Amino acid sequence: MSAYEQEATLLHEVTKFIYMEARYQDNHEYDAWEALWADDGVYWIPANGEGGDPEHEMSMVYDNRSRIALRIRQLHTGKRHAQSPRSDLRRIVSNIEILDVQGDEVRVTSNAFVYEANLRAETVWPSRNEYLLRRVDGKFQMVLKKVVLVNNSKALYSMSFLI
Amino acid sequence: MGEFSARPKWNDLVKGEYVHGSVYTSPEIFEEELEKIWYRTWVYVGHESEVKNPNDYVMKSIGLQPVIMTRDREGKIHLLLNRCTHRGNQVCLSEKGNSRSFTCPYHGWTFTNTGQLRGYPFPSGYEGVDRNELGLGRVPRVAIYKGFVFGSFAEEGPSLEEHLGGAREAIDRLVRNSPEGEVEVTAGFLKHKAKANWKFIVENETDGYHPQFVHASIFSVAESGIGELYSSESTAVTRYLGNGHSECDLRPEFRRLDKPMGWFGTTEERMPEYVASMKAAYGDEKSREIMIDGTPHTMIFPNLFIAEIQIFVLEPVAVDETIQHVTALQFKGAPELNRRMRQQTMGSVGPAGFLLADDAEMYERNQRGVQTRDPEWVFLGRGKHRERLDEDGFMVGDATDEVPSRGMWAYYRSQMEAK
Repeated sequence: MSAYEQEATLLHEVTKFIYMEARYQDNHEYDAWEALWADDGVYWIPANGEGGDPEHEMSMVYDNRSRIALRIRQLHTGKRHAQSPRSDLRRIVSNIEILDVQGDEVRVTSNAFVYEANLRAETVWPSRNEYLLRRVDGKFQMVLKKVVLVNNSKALYSMSFLI
Repeated sequence: MGEFSARPKWNDLVKGEYVHGSVYTSPEIFEEELEKIWYRTWVYVGHESEVKNPNDYVMKSIGLQPVIMTRDREGKIHLLLNRCTHRGNQVCLSEKGNSRSFTCPYHGWTFTNTGQLRGYPFPSGYEGVDRNELGLGRVPRVAIYKGFVFGSFAEEGPSLEEHLGGAREAIDRLVRNSPEGEVEVTAGFLKHKAKANWKFIVENETDGYHPQFVHASIFSVAESGIGELYSSESTAVTRYLGNGHSECDLRPEFRRLDKPMGWFGTTEERMPEYVASMKAAYGDEKSREIMIDGTPHTMIFPNLFIAEIQIFVLEPVAVDETIQHVTALQFKGAPELNRRMRQQTMGSVGPAGFLLADDAEMYERNQRGVQTRDPEWVFLGRGKHRERLDEDGFMVGDATDEVPSRGMWAYYRSQMEAK
């Protein structure tokens, strides 16, 4: 393959993965989504801009793999009131770009725009998402998903679905 | 004016354990609350550690008023209003920073961080004008208790210590969990907005009846023992502390458990550095007592909730909208404990929190519910038949009783009835 073909193929694979992840989230397919995570995965939604050092400053979500599992288990109880009834969701993911490739790992950025309808109202959640994907046995796993909401310096309503 | 435009009297709106739905939904009542509560009583603004160094500042609020909390070069704290005295522009646009002065971007008027007007461009145009009359507006009374900075727009009135009354002990109890006797607010805030009246949130903070139901999902999957603290078998008590303040006092349960750090779901063995520094600071006996009792769960009316490991600061935005600013408390000299405080706080609170997203869901539903025509009243009678005075003269009830709400509403009514 030429360098161009290699790049196009990688972008295609990454795009397919991100679309699949978006579909799992929109459809509340919690287990399928959880299975995308690497054992050392970190799900990070900073507050107040890019988030600084999440070990020392508050983030909206800063989940390691076991806390991701806890989040999913809570959703599965059916008593997660903020998701009972569930939000109706549909998202557009776009501007997918590969930032860096290091061995088996690919760093990706994208823009996303989520439309949520729930008991309270209709809410839009625009963000820049950053992924670190690791190829394991021919499939990608999420090592990092960082969701930088455009309005994360402002006060936000509850965000209890998977973004 | 027709008879229906006459404002109902407060004794028709707040009657013991019954509160009229309109008290949560009326824009006129919200406006009146701003004047009679938010711009009169002591309101929590921020913590000294947020402006640690000379010339630090941070943007805060009291009610709807934008307040800049500054520390001047001598170390004194000021609460200034973010409004240029010329034509009303904003002199401060950053959430926080370090500056000796604020310059209005409109015409370049410059104010010191103590509020004085330092100068304006082309001063020959202001011949005969007294600059001393044109300083920034300020919150007339500022008082600090153990690092917690409060402001009152009333020129005169009870002192902060009088206002805190029984809640002072909660702050004392909090800070002694630091080996240095001080807390810090340095981990940054999450800002969580809810479509609900601020009083639903005040009530929820010390409502010991809801956790077993609202938080059943996370208690079950996290195998948390918190739910049992708020059961009908619990020996914990709810307490009304006067002046609107209230608490869930969980110490009876923690003392029964009799395990240091049990209040935080951990053990001495897992926190060796913290335990050692507490023993060094307070001695074996006293430190053991502190580490068993833990931190308070206390709502300081109208806007500071000390929630064991974090603080919530309530900001009313509209009759049906409130922001909760929340951050992990950090204890000076306790890095091991602080790390756990931050991790637990991030998991449990804020817009995506395991606990708070469900709390917010509840008060948002309450807000919609009380607009229903029938019944017109909220009923807060739980445990009225068994409420009693404790040895300090405070009204207490069982862990799940609505003593805190009833106390708050009686105080609220007295404030709203005042001239």
